[in-house]
Amino acid sequence: MTSADGIGQQVFTFDDYGALLDLVHNSLIVGAALGLVGGLAGVFVILRDLPFAVHGISELSFAGASAALLFGMNVVAGSVIGSLVAAGVIGVLGAKARHRNSVIGILMPFGLGLGVLFLALYKGRAANKFGLLTGQIVAVDAPQTAVLLSMSAVVLVALVVMWRPLVFASTDPEVARTRGVPVRGLSLAFMLVLGLSIALSVQVVGALLVLTLVVTPAAAAARVTASPVLLPVLSVVLAVVSMEGGILLALGSDIPISPYVTTLSFTLYGICAAIGAVRRRNWGRTAARTDAGSADTAREVTAAAS
Amino acid sequence: MPEQADERGTAARGASSAVEPVIRAEKAALAYGARTVWQDLELEVGAGEFLAVLGPNGSGKTSFMKALLGRVPLSSGRLSVLGRPPGRAGRRLGYIPQQSTLAGQAALRARDLVRLGIDGHRFGLGLPNRSAGRRVDEILAAVGAAEYADVPLDLLSGGEQQRVRVGQALAADPRLLLCDEPLLSLDLRHQRAVTELVDSRRRSHGTAVVFVTHEINPVLGMADRVLYLARGRHRVGTPDEVLTSQSLSELYGTQVDVLRVRGRVVVVGAPDEPSEPHRPAPQPHAAHPGARGEQRSTRRGTPRGKQGART
Repeated sequence: MTSADGIGQQVFTFDDYGALLDLVHNSLIVGAALGLVGGLAGVFVILRDLPFAVHGISELSFAGASAALLFGMNVVAGSVIGSLVAAGVIGVLGAKARHRNSVIGILMPFGLGLGVLFLALYKGRAANKFGLLTGQIVAVDAPQTAVLLSMSAVVLVALVVMWRPLVFASTDPEVARTRGVPVRGLSLAFMLVLGLSIALSVQVVGALLVLTLVVTPAAAAARVTASPVLLPVLSVVLAVVSMEGGILLALGSDIPISPYVTTLSFTLYGICAAIGAVRRRNWGRTAARTDAGSADTAREVTAAAS
Repeated sequence: MPEQADERGTAARGASSAVEPVIRAEKAALAYGARTVWQDLELEVGAGEFLAVLGPNGSGKTSFMKALLGRVPLSSGRLSVLGRPPGRAGRRLGYIPQQSTLAGQAALRARDLVRLGIDGHRFGLGLPNRSAGRRVDEILAAVGAAEYADVPLDLLSGGEQQRVRVGQALAADPRLLLCDEPLLSLDLRHQRAVTELVDSRRRSHGTAVVFVTHEINPVLGMADRVLYLARGRHRVGTPDEVLTSQSLSELYGTQVDVLRVRGRVVVVGAPDEPSEPHRPAPQPHAAHPGARGEQRSTRRGTPRGKQGART
């Protein structure tokens, strides 16, 4: 019992909460931006069936970050370079879904191996090493915040510009091509944008758990709505709630932020999946006739999420 | 036939393209390596014309479609689509693919698919707006899909999906409609619904139609002309000219009989191209007992003709 209490205290501690809140001020801002970017990019990860690619890119991002750590360079820059290289390779070599998974399966262990090598050689603080894999919360300082926010802005602008044709190319590539949509170019462009969003997420949730931000919220949203407006909105709401909720819960303890974020995100997915299972059963003609049907459900879910 | 185009269709063609046929092929040939799929193809398709493309599997029907779309280059000859090289034919081109080419279906509703047909190619967010929404509603109503406008596509039946597909293609206000085996795996009722939608469009708007199908009967009353591909050769003409025992026997290089049974065309003894999987076509109308037996007995000199009542 006592040990259980001890663990409980370790996991949830809220002493001096106000003072701590100041410390993570930057993290909360970055977290919100991350939720926005991850939630939106996640929509296309789901539409294009790329979760495995997300995982592969994040391992390469980790390798880049740990190389930067070893050589005393900027960790964010290293992580971005690793991400973009991986995303580019996957985008070019793995244009066909069939090839893509093997390309990722080959890249990923190589990246992870490199990362382990660089970390083994690194003699600095152990927390830095662990943080790259499982996330760090207070690590975001002011200049870093600026960098991460401007990267988020780049991703956002890119997504806004290519949103509609990218939806077309992702869901209906055959017809999109006949309508003059540059399907191949968009595919590559999206991989690079995805690489950038992953590099961002690695900074806060860590390389191993990027999926929780870039896949889970969008997948959860797709369970309850097929509306092209509600899906991204709900996905962003779920991602932001997981992210900020995770930061706030993790605040008092010395446990990394990631278990909080992943648990929240997973729980929200469970709720959405349950709602979706019920909804899909009577999504037939009668339910579909009322336009309000989909909006109502989304409101319910949003309410449940927040 | 051009005379079937009404004023609107003719006007839409504009002055420059009025003389230009919608599709023109001159000595067109397509080969993959040493294998010639078809050659010496001379063809002009005018506004409002319905061309059915027939032939056994592997005879180059799909390649013909790909050539029109500019996905495969000709090995020789010339081909123009809407007055331009294939692949650069512009946006007034509607395309109805085979069923189930959709990815990530769960996250798209019928109305979203049609909306993509209107402006999916434009960059930007593409937020919903009232005029586009009205247009989508009109189109969905016109193809009889209004009832399931808000249902995710993966919950629709194949026939329902194809109705939405027709709507998507019409949303582009096409001058040419390319239909790539759109009837595959549809039941007879939906086959008729889809073909009638396509047919009424070309009659009302003078849209030219190229309809690739392995079964002639669903489009028999509609096709002005037939392009029949087989064995690296082809025949072009009206259904009555092409679908005769003599013409198809010449084309296949073996005795083929074309029977007309109750307004339907039955091709007997057409040898399969190699590697064709046996795919029995749904033909409830030909359901008079003994039909198959008779066909077998009339078949002569077919190397491996398992192809029964179908074209």
